Amino acid sequence: MSALSKAFASDKAFIPFLTLGFPDLETTKQNILAAQKAGANVIELGIPFSDPTAEGPIIQQASLISLNNGYTTKDFLNFVSSIKDEIHVPLVFMTYSNVVFSYGIEQFMKEASQSKISGIILADLSFEEREEFESVAKSYQIDMISMIAPTSQNRIAKIAKQASGFIYLVSSLGVTGMRSSLNQSLEGIIEQIRKVSDVPIAVGFGISNPEQASQMAQIADGVICGSAIIKNIFESQKDNLPVPDQVYSFVYDMKQAVSC
Amino acid sequence: MMECKPVSRGRFGLHGGQYVPETLMKALIELEEAYDYYKNDDEFQNELKDLLNNYAGRPSRLYEARKMTQNLGGARIFLKREDLNHTGAHKINNVLGQALLARKMGKKRIIAETGAGQHDVACATAAALLDLECVVYMGAEDIERQALNVYRMKLLGASVVSVTSGTGTLKDAVSEAMREWCSRIEDTHYCLGSVMGPHPFPTIVRDFQAVISEEIKEELLRKEGRLPDCVIACIGGGSNAIGSFYHFIEDKAVRLIGAEAAGRGINTKETAATIHVGKPGIFHGMKSYFCQDEFGQIAPVYSISAGLDYPGIGPEHAHLYDTGRADYVAITDDEAVEAFEYLSKTEGIIPAIESAHAIAAAKKIAPSMDKDQILVITLSGRGDKDCAQIEKYCSNRDSKFTNCEVI
Repeated sequence: MSALSKAFASDKAFIPFLTLGFPDLETTKQNILAAQKAGANVIELGIPFSDPTAEGPIIQQASLISLNNGYTTKDFLNFVSSIKDEIHVPLVFMTYSNVVFSYGIEQFMKEASQSKISGIILADLSFEEREEFESVAKSYQIDMISMIAPTSQNRIAKIAKQASGFIYLVSSLGVTGMRSSLNQSLEGIIEQIRKVSDVPIAVGFGISNPEQASQMAQIADGVICGSAIIKNIFESQKDNLPVPDQVYSFVYDMKQAVSC
Repeated sequence: MMECKPVSRGRFGLHGGQYVPETLMKALIELEEAYDYYKNDDEFQNELKDLLNNYAGRPSRLYEARKMTQNLGGARIFLKREDLNHTGAHKINNVLGQALLARKMGKKRIIAETGAGQHDVACATAAALLDLECVVYMGAEDIERQALNVYRMKLLGASVVSVTSGTGTLKDAVSEAMREWCSRIEDTHYCLGSVMGPHPFPTIVRDFQAVISEEIKEELLRKEGRLPDCVIACIGGGSNAIGSFYHFIEDKAVRLIGAEAAGRGINTKETAATIHVGKPGIFHGMKSYFCQDEFGQIAPVYSISAGLDYPGIGPEHAHLYDTGRADYVAITDDEAVEAFEYLSKTEGIIPAIESAHAIAAAKKIAPSMDKDQILVITLSGRGDKDCAQIEKYCSNRDSKFTNCEVI
C-alpha cells in the first residue's frame, strides 16, 4: 500500500487544496502548516497553469495571482523541498500536463520525489494518455491519481483497475467550483469501483461546506475541497483576517464533519 | 516518413492525442463513433453535399489572377475563392458538417469559440438553418475588434458570451467553450472551428475542409491537365490550410506552404507564429507546438488578425512540419496589411486580413517561380469585417511615415 493509500486507513480523510504561491509562497507555507495541524490527511498543492481549462473562476483567479507574483515551477519545487521536514501528511501535486511535460517528465518526477511528493493529479490527462507520465511517476514511487466522472460509465472498471494512491471521484459535471446540490448517482459509481479495486475513493468538485462533506463521507473514503478554501482565503484577505487562522478553522470544521 | 492518417487515438506522428479531463472522454468517444458511422453513410453525405452546393455555394471558384500574375512576373497565380462561400469564409464547410452530425446525434445545442468571428457566424447560420440553439464564446478583446460579426451572430439568433478570462482572445474563448462543454455534454455539441483540440476534432475538421483541395485538384486536372506546383494558405489553428493541402499530401512535387502570423515580428513577444517561436507542448486537448515560456505557461500571443491570434497549431500541421512535407513562413502585420491593400487594388478583391497573410507569402514566392508553373493561394475569407480596423491601422502607419519624411 502506498503512503497515500495509508492516509485513508484509520479514518475518513479530508483533503484540502491550496494554490501554490497564492497569495504568496510565505502564506502558502503557513496555510499548509495550518491545514496539517487542523487534521488534513492529505494536502493537494496546485501548481498554477496559465490556462486552467478544468478550473472554475475562483481557482483561475488564484492561479493568475500566483503566476503574476513571478513564481515558476522551479520555485514551487524548491519551495516544497524547503518545507518537507515540517510536513508529515502526504502531499499531492495538482496541475496540468504541459507544466510537467515542459519541465521534462523525468526531471519533474525526480525533483518531486525528492520533495516527498506522494502523488500527482493532471487535470487534463485522460486515461488514454497517462502511460507517458505514469511510467516515469511509478519509477519514483509517485502515484498518478486517476479521475472517474459521472460520465465515465463503462470506463469505470478499466480506470479503477489501474488506479493507485486514491481515486479522485468527480462529483459532478463541469469545472471546479462550489455547487448547492451534488450528484446523487455517486453511490452506484462507488459500487462499481469497489467491485474491481480497493484503492481509497475521495470525492471532489463542488463540495463547499461541512454538511456536504459529511454527506459525501458517508459513501466515500475521503473528501476533497478546493474552491471553497480559496474563496475563504480571498474573503479573509478582504476582511483583513489572518489567512492561516481562517484556513485552520475551515479545515478543522471540514475534518470534523467527515470524521463523524 | 510520411504518415497522414492518424494511427491510434488521433496521432499525427508525435502530435495529437486526447488530453482532456475524464468528464469529456464520453463526449469524445461518442463523437468519434458517430462520425465513423456517418462518414460512410450515403444519406448523411448526400445531405451534406446538398447543403454545401445549394446553400453554401460550392464548389468555390478557382480564379486565375492574371493581373497579379503579370505584376509579380513569375508563376501563374490562381485564387481558391473560399471568400465567396455563404457567410464569407471557408468556416462554413466544417460547420455544416458538424451541425448536421450534431443533429444526427440528437444534440439540441451547439457551442463554439471564435477569434475573427467567421467560425461563429457560420455556426449561428447553420444553427438557424438546422434548428439548433447556438451559444458562442468570444474573447472580450475580439468582440471589440469584430463588432460587425457580433451583430451578425445575434441577428442569426445566437447568444454571444464575452470571455474576459486570460487575455480575452481566441485561446481563452476555446478554454471557456471547453469548460462549458464539460458541464453540459448530454444535449450539447462543441463545434470546434479548427483542426485542433482533442481527437477526433483534428480529423473531423480536416475531412470537412478537405473539399478545398479536392476541388482545386479536380479543376486544375480538368482545365490545365496538371497539378499545381505550390499551394499557399494562411494558418492559425490551420483548418483552411489543411483543407487546401490534404489531397496534395501524397503528391510530393506539390509544394505546400502555410503562412503564419508573425504579428510585430518573430523576434518580438508580439507574435503568433507558433512554428517559428513555439516548442512541443500539451494544451487544449492535443500535443503539438505551442507558444509558451520555458516553464510551459502559454504565451499571450498577438497578431493584427483575430483569426490567427492563437498560441498553437493543429497537430497534423505540426507533423507536416516535422516531416518536412510542408513549409511554414511568418508574415508580419505590416506585410499582411500591405497585401490586403495590394489584392484590393490589383484584382478588386478585398481579402480577410487572415487570408492577406497567404497573399503576402505568395508575393515573395511567385516571382522566383517559372512562368509556366502554377501557384494556388487559398483566399480563406472576405475582408469586409476587417475594413474598419485596417483603415485605422493604415492611417496610423501613414501619418508616422509622413512625419519621418518631414524630418
